[in-house]
Amino acid sequence: MSDATQTYTHDVLIIGAGGAGLRAAIEAAAGGASVGVVCKSLLGKAHTVMAEGGIAAALGNVDPQDNWQVHFQDTMRGGALINNWRMAELHATESPDRVYELETWGAIFDRTPDGRILQRPFGAHTYRRLCHVGDRTGLEMIRTLQDRVVALRIAVYMEVTLTRLLKDGDRIAGATGYNRQTGDFVTFRSKAVVLASGGWGRIYKVTSNSWEGTGDGVAMGFEAGAEVLDPEMVQFHPTGMVWPPGVKGLLVTEAVRGEGGYLFNSEHKRFMLDYEPEKKELASRDKVARAIYKEVQAGRGSPHGGAFLDVIHLGSDRIKKKLPSMYDQFLSLADVDITREAMEVYPTIHYAMGGLRVEPDTGATTVRGLYAAGEVAAGLHGANRLGGNSLSDLLVFGRRAGAAAAQFVKSVSLGALDPASVADEQRLLLGSLEGAGSENPYLLQQELQAAMQEGAGIARTDAGLRTCLQTILALKRRADNVHVAGSRLYNPGWHTARDLRFMLVISEAIVRGAIERRESRGAHWRTDFPNADPNFGKLNLIALKDGDAMRITTRPVPEMPDELADLFNGEVRQKSA
Amino acid sequence: MSDTTLLVFRGDSIKTGTEQPFQVPVQEGMVVLDAIHWIQAHAATDLACRWNCKAAKCGSCSAEINGRPRLMCKTRLDEFAGEPIHVWPMRAFPLIKDLVTDVAWNYLVNAEITPFTPKTDEPVPYRMAADDVERVFEFRRCIECFLCQDVCHVLRDHDQKAAYYGPRYMVRIAGLEMHPKDTVNRTALLHREAGIGMCNITKCCQDVCPEHIRITDNAIIPLKERVAGRYYDPIAWVGRKLFGSKAD
Amino acid sequence: MAWWIEPALTVVSYVGFFAYATWSVFSGTYVFADPYVSPFFSTWIGFGTFKLPVIGLLVPFLAVIPLGLRVTCYYYRKEYYRAFFRDPTACARGEGVRGRYTGETRFPLVLWNLHRYALLLTIVVTVFLGVDVVRAFIYHGHFFVGLGSVVMLVNVILLSGYTFSCHSLRHLAGGGLDCYSCVKAGKARHRLADALNRLNPRHGWFAWVSMFSVGLTDIYVRLVMAGFHEPRWIA
Ligand SMILES: Cc1cc2nc3c(=O)[nH]c(=O)nc-3n(C[C@H](O)[C@H](O)[C@H](O)COP(=O)(O)OP(=O)(O)OC[C@H]3O[C@@H](n4cnc5c(N)ncnc54)[C@H](O)[C@@H]3O)c2cc1C
Ligand code: SF4
Ligand code: SF4
Ligand code: FES
Ligand code: FES
Repeated sequence: MSDATQTYTHDVLIIGAGGAGLRAAIEAAAGGASVGVVCKSLLGKAHTVMAEGGIAAALGNVDPQDNWQVHFQDTMRGGALINNWRMAELHATESPDRVYELETWGAIFDRTPDGRILQRPFGAHTYRRLCHVGDRTGLEMIRTLQDRVVALRIAVYMEVTLTRLLKDGDRIAGATGYNRQTGDFVTFRSKAVVLASGGWGRIYKVTSNSWEGTGDGVAMGFEAGAEVLDPEMVQFHPTGMVWPPGVKGLLVTEAVRGEGGYLFNSEHKRFMLDYEPEKKELASRDKVARAIYKEVQAGRGSPHGGAFLDVIHLGSDRIKKKLPSMYDQFLSLADVDITREAMEVYPTIHYAMGGLRVEPDTGATTVRGLYAAGEVAAGLHGANRLGGNSLSDLLVFGRRAGAAAAQFVKSVSLGALDPASVADEQRLLLGSLEGAGSENPYLLQQELQAAMQEGAGIARTDAGLRTCLQTILALKRRADNVHVAGSRLYNPGWHTARDLRFMLVISEAIVRGAIERRESRGAHWRTDFPNADPNFGKLNLIALKDGDAMRITTRPVPEMPDELADLFNGEVRQKSA
Repeated sequence: MSDTTLLVFRGDSIKTGTEQPFQVPVQEGMVVLDAIHWIQAHAATDLACRWNCKAAKCGSCSAEINGRPRLMCKTRLDEFAGEPIHVWPMRAFPLIKDLVTDVAWNYLVNAEITPFTPKTDEPVPYRMAADDVERVFEFRRCIECFLCQDVCHVLRDHDQKAAYYGPRYMVRIAGLEMHPKDTVNRTALLHREAGIGMCNITKCCQDVCPEHIRITDNAIIPLKERVAGRYYDPIAWVGRKLFGSKAD
Repeated sequence: MAWWIEPALTVVSYVGFFAYATWSVFSGTYVFADPYVSPFFSTWIGFGTFKLPVIGLLVPFLAVIPLGLRVTCYYYRKEYYRAFFRDPTACARGEGVRGRYTGETRFPLVLWNLHRYALLLTIVVTVFLGVDVVRAFIYHGHFFVGLGSVVMLVNVILLSGYTFSCHSLRHLAGGGLDCYSCVKAGKARHRLADALNRLNPRHGWFAWVSMFSVGLTDIYVRLVMAGFHEPRWIA
């Protein structure tokens, strides 16, 4: 470890090496830019690797009736119509090409008998649409993109955490942070930055997300003045593991239901038949999650407080072929053989629909030179994301952001470095090591997670949210008082101390947004306002930095052109959640 | 709740570092990684370890548990029935700190492998028969945990990293070589730079692979057969001379 | 189980088998008890009074081929590198460097790359043994079943299991192809390779049991020669 700051320079700096970051890097490099990719973990370990079920793309290989218009409508309806229609349109029209492109880089999906990409059904998708490889689709995707990035000799900086965006006036000039391995400070100078840093599931106690999901990108973007869109929209995946305690929240892929799994309550009743007679287990995630929640509240839960998810009727061979890692996961972690016993499941925090507001075609945020793509960006999914729409989102908008950034850097020169900002960040970083504080960062993190789970969870009320906000604000003050032992050499306590601040920013945005949205829509369920309100259906909420405080404002939901609105037979804007 | 003892390697050099004991309260179904997390939160905030998914999907949390290379997130505490558990970093790679090692060498090796190269005029979307791709799925399951690299005696005991790419990259090359749309032949690479002859097929890699990839049987030996066909088989050699057919 | 037990058992078994096979082949006895013949010998070779001298010449070859297969076999290689050369003795024991390691890149180990030829010759030998088994069911022109016929049959099944689960065979049969549907008879070759692939995981098991069954069959025929009254049934 040395006190000097290492400085690197690239045209385009990409923060994040998940699907979105890698796809952006490939495109930016193809556009002739010098590209640097930074990630907190080793290459290939980003959150995307965990995706299981598949990539949604209307290829029509299994159901020839499928096309982009249907995919578009499914996405918009799933998002309770507060999505950005242009993003949904681009997403639906371009994802087939993005999937095919992966195969030209060496990916292999499961096949139909005539040798095309096989597609499976998934919640709220009208047709069988998810391209998949068993239940390890994310691994296939990240490995393919990783190999491509390596083949193109793109510079990757592994185990580096960037903690602050640097600006030159109103435009981006780079980012600064530290090397996790050595503890050295690093600064990147660049003409453009693409944020692809993923979501923020880790601010909750029960989540399917990896430790990386601390919302760094949104928080950094927010601090740099970018708008945060619909932060209150947090997805609860209906099926997380509930037992044993150590794996609580671990995802049970929707592919389990896609392949034909049933949900039962303790009375062995297939309750989804009542809640969603048409789509049943494959209704959208918000609905299934709420149904399970209500069953458990009504005292019809499983022994560990969940619902039963049963695939026994599919037969052992099919289970082991199509859901091999689920089989393995339950057998090794919970001693449950899913070919013979039902799984126990309960909703788990899974995905952030909200994030930085971007231009649909380019991924540009409201800060000049700053782009965002993937889970860190918002707009495509509205109030609820459909399964499989994220992986295609990463590819479609990762590519667009990479291309736009490469284009942008052609017309600008490097911004000036702001040494004061760098020094300020380093002071903040060192505070937890050198200060006289007494708080333990892990325990503060746990307190925050518990508060968010309790106050901003699946069922929200004004009172609960306000209590939660008070806790967040108190934790914010305590975060200044954190102290960690040891040196800067690979010190996770030190890392957590900084992550905590990001998490607090996001938590505040979620809670403030949730207080403001006095209706129930998609994933946002207010028990004190149980119905959708058409007025709120016209609005997106925005969290914005205002001096040292956070302000919530609104923006009208962009209106669809007539030819797209016509697809909905007049139900646009009238439809309730 | 009962307690169990973890003896965790601490230090930034394998020579000077020592095992440090921690008493950890045990909950049902707990894995070694949970215990490490408990230690971080309650006893040693600076204890270094890598992890991401906690679901055996990312291959970050590799360590040596009671001498055996394993994923910490997939190793249950109850397996050890209350006996003390020794947790050490992977020994084949240079230590950074505690349970974290410098695995950069693997990434350098990876970059030397000729990437997937299809025909330039191959029509997109690809048609690929299930029969032709099913073998490859096994290799693509690899989560790059590097446990196989850690256990391979060529790298671990003989430190022949300059002469052999290691099992992980045999798996990757097998996946490329058997890909029906790939046009490159990597037998020369295998024979020379990748050093497949260094592997004496003793199968430790296959034993430890958490993805149950039959590394030696399905990747290395078939590749050795291809190398044998190209470099050692006299009849195949004569055949190539006579008919000028493609290698192997 | 202590880590050294397995390699120790391996050493004892291999040395035992090798010693016994060598002794049997060179013992000077033609191990034959009408209609049985030991797998180290074969009724095919030689004719009339020439039988004995020709056999004397050929038997070592006949026995050496399968032995060659085993010496160069991928499974046996693993076993003896671990047990005899202790490289590695067991996995992740971290015993450190002992001398220069060159894997299988130098003489003589590099010759093991010719394993496929040992395999092809062994397939021929296996055909010989198969015919011997057919003959073991015929006694003076009658269909016949004796305990010995069954012993020989089981032995040949196990030997075939060993031979057909060979790694080189599945390579030659189709494993060496990158794309089945791109070559002639690809479907058939895929099916063949697939069947061999299913057999392959049991190669190690077959290696062990067939090694014992060969030895035991030889011993059994010697027992019959020595006057053991076995249960028989003649049509
Ligand atoms: C268990 C699970 C299963 C899922 N299954 C599916 C599915 O089947 N289909 C589907 O469509 N979606 C699925 N999803 C959702 C989807 O996987 C994610 O939304 C998506 O992978 C996010 O990708 P990303 O590229 O935006 O970011 P990530 O993959 O999360 O990558 C973020 C990257 O940013 C880096 N980073 C973050 N902060 C910093 C920082 N401060 N400095 C430097 N680098 C930083 C990280 O290191 C990482 O490399 C699933 C999610 C989970 C959790
Ligand atoms: S089989 Fe080969 S690659 Fe695997 S551990 Fe043994 S020597 Fe290493
Ligand atoms: S082959 Fe297996 S052991 Fe080796 S890196 Fe891949 S998953 Fe890990
Ligand atoms: S944490 Fe991902 S494999 Fe263990
Ligand atoms: S006989 Fe064992 S591999 Fe060929």
